[in-house]
Amino acid sequence: MTNHWVDIKNADVVFVMGGNPAEAHPCGFKWVIEAKKNRKAKLVVVDPRFNRTASVADYYAPIRPGTDIAFLGGVINYLLANDKLHHDYVKAYTNASFLIDEGFKFEDGIFSGYDEAKRAYGKDTWKYQFDKDGFAKVDETLQDPNCVFQLLKKHYSRYTPETVSKVCGTPKDAFLKVCEYIASTAAPDRTMTNLYALGWTEHTVGSQNIRCMAIIQLLLGNMGMAGGGINALRGHANVQGITDFALYAQTLPGYLSAPTDADPDRATYLGKRTPKALRPGQMNFPQNFPKWFTSLCKTWYGDNATKDNDFAYDYLPKLSGASDVLSIFNSMYEGKMTGFFCQGFNPLASVANKKKVGDALAKLKYMVVIDPLATDTSEFWKPYGEFNAVDPAQIPTEVFRLPANLFAEHAGTFTNSGRVVQWRWKAVDGPGDSKDDTEIIAALFLKLKEMYAKDGGAFPEPIQKLTWAYAQPAKPSPEELLREINGKALADVLDPKDPTKVLVKAGDQLPSFAMLRDDGSTTCGNWIYCGVWSQAGNNSARRDPSDPSGLGQTLNWGFAWPVNRRILYNRASADLAGKPWDPKRPVLRWTGTAWGGNDVPDMRPDAKPEENVMPFIMNPEGVGRLFSRELMAEGPFPEHYEPFETPLDKNPMHPNNPKATSNPAARVYKGDMEAFGKAKDFPYVATTYRLTEHFHYWTKQSTINAIMQPEQFVEIGEELAQEKGIKAGDRVKVRSNRGFIRGVAVVTKRIKALDVDGRKVHTVGIPTHFGFKGATKPGFITNTLTPFVGDANTQTPEYKAFLVNIEKA
Amino acid sequence: MQMNRRQFFKICSAGLGGSSIAVMGFSPTAALAEVRTFKLARATETRNICPYCSVSCGVLIYSTGDKSKNSQGEIIHIEGDPDNPVNRGTLCPKGAGLRDMVQSANRLKWPEVREAGSNEWKRISWNEAIERIAKHMKADRDKNFVAQNKDGVTVNRWPTTGFLASSAASNEAGYLTVKTLRALGITALDTQARI
Repeated sequence: MTNHWVDIKNADVVFVMGGNPAEAHPCGFKWVIEAKKNRKAKLVVVDPRFNRTASVADYYAPIRPGTDIAFLGGVINYLLANDKLHHDYVKAYTNASFLIDEGFKFEDGIFSGYDEAKRAYGKDTWKYQFDKDGFAKVDETLQDPNCVFQLLKKHYSRYTPETVSKVCGTPKDAFLKVCEYIASTAAPDRTMTNLYALGWTEHTVGSQNIRCMAIIQLLLGNMGMAGGGINALRGHANVQGITDFALYAQTLPGYLSAPTDADPDRATYLGKRTPKALRPGQMNFPQNFPKWFTSLCKTWYGDNATKDNDFAYDYLPKLSGASDVLSIFNSMYEGKMTGFFCQGFNPLASVANKKKVGDALAKLKYMVVIDPLATDTSEFWKPYGEFNAVDPAQIPTEVFRLPANLFAEHAGTFTNSGRVVQWRWKAVDGPGDSKDDTEIIAALFLKLKEMYAKDGGAFPEPIQKLTWAYAQPAKPSPEELLREINGKALADVLDPKDPTKVLVKAGDQLPSFAMLRDDGSTTCGNWIYCGVWSQAGNNSARRDPSDPSGLGQTLNWGFAWPVNRRILYNRASADLAGKPWDPKRPVLRWTGTAWGGNDVPDMRPDAKPEENVMPFIMNPEGVGRLFSRELMAEGPFPEHYEPFETPLDKNPMHPNNPKATSNPAARVYKGDMEAFGKAKDFPYVATTYRLTEHFHYWTKQSTINAIMQPEQFVEIGEELAQEKGIKAGDRVKVRSNRGFIRGVAVVTKRIKALDVDGRKVHTVGIPTHFGFKGATKPGFITNTLTPFVGDANTQTPEYKAFLVNIEKA
Repeated sequence: MQMNRRQFFKICSAGLGGSSIAVMGFSPTAALAEVRTFKLARATETRNICPYCSVSCGVLIYSTGDKSKNSQGEIIHIEGDPDNPVNRGTLCPKGAGLRDMVQSANRLKWPEVREAGSNEWKRISWNEAIERIAKHMKADRDKNFVAQNKDGVTVNRWPTTGFLASSAASNEAGYLTVKTLRALGITALDTQARI
């Protein structure tokens, strides 16, 4: 979230698309109701199903799964065509005026630089024009045909209300009504918040769905405002924290992009990741990258990381290519992996194409499951009738299952979706011989360290030299770990403006990342968390809920990263002179000598307004991007592409260009393209969803939740039910080209057939919580059906739009 | 008046008993001994966070015992934390079932192994589990570690053992996990954040 849960109450319009917070995030959704009740805010919902969020909405519009870009592109066109823009904001705070390379083109669904064989783009033309000083050229009149504003207008002029209706199946009047609500927040003193979740990310165009909303919120001037922003309603209670700590291959803690084979040494690595400002006078905050990275190296390798050994740069593994859950399982499927760990993760249930995942696990030599519960994955080798038809004798994988403790059984922090880090206390011991995750990791690591010390082996240095200064090496405490994450001064940290002044004494915990240095004199395990455990103590454990501003900022509750800032880009809540756009909801203002107000400024505190330091300090441009340069895989502007399994067999935006049917830059592995189904065999669109009584594949293990929602069902509309002769309560079989599941038919008025490009399209809704292990009735795993293909940028699988057939079982 | 929830319960139960007793003319000292206090008044209260969705609601966990040495606490109730600014005491149908999750019949209690080709689990000790897993890891790492790629660039990676990390783990556990995995050279690393 750029904003936070309580801040939703400050919105004038709450736009929910790609999420269903009333059911999936009920306690956060209360702030939507607060906004409705106290501010007369309007709730607008766009979704394939008339879900429970829609049931309390002021306006609901239906949409065909997988066509969000067509819809949002239509909104962008509406705002531009009807001049519903926050003009001053767009001109000053976005890259609308920037001039783009003259070679940049877009023809029939494909941007310049496409290489069909590689399914990838060369991005040489997706860039700004530069002047002799290396700064981007701009046209402040916004009239140059190559400026971002004109290109944006041209690109989205094709997304007329008629086209939107044809592609999405949304009735034209419903689409226009939604546009009116959204456009009402172009006024400087009105804001819209956007709430989205997996309904946007789980598509092969997932990242570009969100880019569309970024463009809309910038055009309306809603970023940085109280009650504004783009707010991802994330999954687990600590999925935000685990993302921040980079439990994935592409980054190191704090979103530092990880070294690859193209970065042979520290200088090359840092050079590529330390940008120069693209406009004069901008903060260009990522210029501090070397400080963040060096402090991390010092944390991990202490005295073994010195200037002479490039701060132990070679101790970090270099990434050779794709490394995400789909590529890992594909590589396992091809027999290239030996071992595999699942820590609190149930991939047999949660990864696309269950058959492929199960077959992949069967090729391993060893697998280790670290979990509080007996998961489906841990028993992938065990036959459960048609739910899991396997022969254990044919599966040579050695499987270990280690009992881990649950949330109530250990202390430490979780970071919520609004970036607030909160301390938790331990209530009871775990059952039997279960252990904390930290103890299990420590036990494995210390055993390996001992074995390498005794017997030697491949490159033991990083194992032997890793900092492990815990009072009980086998039991690193959460307090020790959070202090390590925060970081400390190894030598006195001096004021660069006045070196006689000591800012932080050697040995002290650091107060903020402003104190980090690139000379090896500071440590920090995750720069964005710096300040969470300062010399003052554990700030994540602060419990003062006072809210003097009334905006719900609660600055003394827990600790929000970065530097306890609650609303990101908050400098943009004020005009160029530093006066709040909305004086009734002021987040920040220029006081005459400094920035101040109801939040920690997202700006150099003493940057005078006349210095023109722009609010988007993490971008070298200083402004928000309507045109995303070379940063996305499939284009600098989002374009509608069909899901890989489309009910139309073509992209109605580009009917004569098969290259542009589905995302031209999405990665498809051998065998998976062949496993896509065609509309003639699988005529119905399927979309998976969550129930309010269940959480992923977890609560099926819990008695009360299993009583409330005991078994798999499949939701269809009345019209489809009638066509197929299915009655509520019948058993039905749902097939995709990858397998089948069975469930109970639930026939509702919530999913209507839509008229799409002259044909009727039905949608089948499939809850995703069930499996063969747990307290719920043993059943199929929904991801038996889903395709093994992901978003071109994030590789998040396309769980939300694929093709099935349905019949009475 | 400063008062925590436990004191509040105590005062309420005592107060209720006291007022009805006075009406009926009984001696307060004798009657008070008859009044049952709320069970939660005797429970230990711990502040924690619901592990399900990213609203991360504050919860109060009530358990038996007082956390003294060798006492085995048992959770008897979990409810929303009224002080938490986000959930303000509420819990949803998922969170309301938290106690049943902690006490699920499918909780794992000891390390187990399923040997190659076998159709059953076998209980093993932690020592055996850690020893056997570490041996597998070392054998694979020593065999498949890539010190340099084909162009001679130092890459120091171990690509053949993968790790999917938990988004239900704490930041501290996640940090220790990533620190350790990077030191081992693991690159096939991912998390629920993606899916």
